[in-house]
Amino acid sequence: MALVLNEDEQMLRETVSGFVADKAPVKALRELRDNNSEDGFDRALWSEMAEMGFAGVLVDEDNGGVDMGFVAAGLIAEQMGRNLTASPFLSTSVLAATALRKGGSAAQKSEWLGKIASGETIMALAVDEGRKHNPNALKTTAVRFGNGFKLNGSKAMVVDGHVADQLIVAAKTDGGTTLFLVDPKTAGLTTTRTDMIDARNAAKLDLNDVEVTADAVIGEVDGGAEVLNHVLNAGRAVVGAELVGASSKAFEDTTDYIRERKQFGTEVGRFQALQHRSSHLYSELEIARSAMLASLTALDDSADDADLIVSMSKAKIGSVAKLASQEGVQMHGGVGMTDEYDIGLYMKRIRVAQELFGDAHYHMEHIAKAKGI
Amino acid sequence: MSELDTFKKETRAWLEENCPAEMRTPIKNDDDLCWGGRNYKFESDAQKVWLERMGAKGWTTPTWPKEYGGGGLSKPEAKILAKEMARINARSPLSSFGIWMLGPALLKFGTEAQKQQHLPPIVRGEIRWCQGYSEPNAGSDLAALATKCEDKGDYFLVNGQKVWTSYADQADWIFCLVRTDPKAKKHEGISFVLFDMETPGVEARPIKLISGKSPFCETFFEDVKVDKDQLVGELNKGWTIAKYLLTHEREMIGGQGLAVARPLEEVVAGLAGLVDRELEDKMLRAKVVEAMVDEWAFNQTVYRKLSEAKAGASLGADSSMLKYYGTELNKRKFELTMDASGHEGLEWDGDDAVARKWLRTKGNSIEGGTSEVQLNIISKHILRLPGA
Repeated sequence: MALVLNEDEQMLRETVSGFVADKAPVKALRELRDNNSEDGFDRALWSEMAEMGFAGVLVDEDNGGVDMGFVAAGLIAEQMGRNLTASPFLSTSVLAATALRKGGSAAQKSEWLGKIASGETIMALAVDEGRKHNPNALKTTAVRFGNGFKLNGSKAMVVDGHVADQLIVAAKTDGGTTLFLVDPKTAGLTTTRTDMIDARNAAKLDLNDVEVTADAVIGEVDGGAEVLNHVLNAGRAVVGAELVGASSKAFEDTTDYIRERKQFGTEVGRFQALQHRSSHLYSELEIARSAMLASLTALDDSADDADLIVSMSKAKIGSVAKLASQEGVQMHGGVGMTDEYDIGLYMKRIRVAQELFGDAHYHMEHIAKAKGI
Repeated sequence: MSELDTFKKETRAWLEENCPAEMRTPIKNDDDLCWGGRNYKFESDAQKVWLERMGAKGWTTPTWPKEYGGGGLSKPEAKILAKEMARINARSPLSSFGIWMLGPALLKFGTEAQKQQHLPPIVRGEIRWCQGYSEPNAGSDLAALATKCEDKGDYFLVNGQKVWTSYADQADWIFCLVRTDPKAKKHEGISFVLFDMETPGVEARPIKLISGKSPFCETFFEDVKVDKDQLVGELNKGWTIAKYLLTHEREMIGGQGLAVARPLEEVVAGLAGLVDRELEDKMLRAKVVEAMVDEWAFNQTVYRKLSEAKAGASLGADSSMLKYYGTELNKRKFELTMDASGHEGLEWDGDDAVARKWLRTKGNSIEGGTSEVQLNIISKHILRLPGA
């Protein structure tokens, strides 16, 4: 475990950095938001990203992907975080691709992974229900019905749910958790887009006697918890990388601002009250970056303690990102409260990404239990 | 068999034969550390023999050149030696400011004669060094130091006072920052000199700390004559050497958190006890987990920064970040340990009392540059904020 990028990874980061800053800067998110974009992302741009290999970063080469692993996926997410880029990268290329690779049947893999890599198919993971992330207490049920299952319940915070061509739904079955691949057009399934603070995509699902065949099961019946946990860990590590990107950029914008802004006849960045807080935040961000690299690397290495490392990483990064967004708005002063400045957009995205797949409290509880205290 | 494999095999055999059994047990407290020096009282024959054998091979300083008594090992060889020592739980044969601080500075800035004179006794643990940096009116503002050093033709004459000189009362020689040009700008009139602590006019008095221990002294110089060939580097260019040494010191102090053998959760659980595998005090439990997460992420950062430095990037001002974060974290950990100890932690319970350790950690964020000074350095050299 090196925590230092190799040459391929450094090249990837430079490529992604240039591409995303050029094609999908913060301005692009503002346009999507202000034009009430129905998709919530730019489909033409997503095709371009697929051509660049982003969409298939976690898809194996036989299925048309580039198979560069989680560190690479994290580097892509980090740059998207810096630019607040809206895209189905997380939902489709990370969560769905990981679910299918880990749990999918040969038929499911050959049908869908190629379409994920090519950008043709958008997929969404439906796990959360209610207010907080709690994948071990699902209420949505799947009951055997004929050759298949009948699903009932409701889902929340389904990222890219309203644009998904396929949904991966986690439900409770007799002996455990089971994952299902569900067509959103199936009778009894209603998808409602939610209007989110970060102007990004999320949806609620209502499942009312939604019928699926046995072929829809990803992995084993009752055996979905392990696959799901792996998928969620992938999501946590990659969202962590997005948060590191977003909070680093928010911090850079903030230090740029206090270097220029004058009050009392001088730059406010001269005041030690701001300097020490900036230096503290710099330290925290460096530490968050190490946590990010450690969690992505642990997943690539299939480390025995990957589950614990991912939780420690998400907990740490979540707290640091929160601090970065709060200090960012405060140090911007009055203009930090305006929609015109980007810092508020960072605060809103950071708040959402912090919550995704477990906030710091959720992960700290998990760590405490794992460590037996 | 590659050369490294041969080296590994020979090293293992040598250690097996030469490391006394008593030196293969964990260190219980500070008294088990071996500091060496002219008047050192060894804790045991084993400690003495272990130092002599390792010193003779130059393995107290594995990568220093052989011509100065060092081991002359390559970095991969030194890594093998460290691993082989760890394999048999061998204690470090020598703790030494000469090794950690003065040696690297002499290798970089010293004359050939200075290297020949001072490095071999450091390697063998025959001369114990102390550091004369801080003064009563030059703490955080170290460059304001005023200890006077005058050129008297044949010799230098030193007058003044140092403070926080670690173990000055037990040291044989001192490396010392002195003011050689009182008219120059404060950073430009400082020099770096070496002298024997037995020179007439030198007096060291231990300072009793809040922990009840006295690892530091105040040290007085009254008309102390210093040989002119003991000036390291150029006259009035001592600040460069001082900064070089401070970077070393910060990395060392910042890394102290790593040296704590037992994980925090284990310490706290041992002190406070568990009910149904959980700490009963839920507020404490949350804070302990938070500190554990921070410690893990900090250790990853030390590891990452050292890996980057090996790959050619300079650690630079990031040593201030590590020093700041590591020491603040260590203080938090000991506060939590005290919380878990409750009434029992409040007793002066022998030399190893948790309260003594807790009190000692308060100095971590003061010595080697306060946390506030480290934050200033980050603002200036990394963030480049105006006026920093």
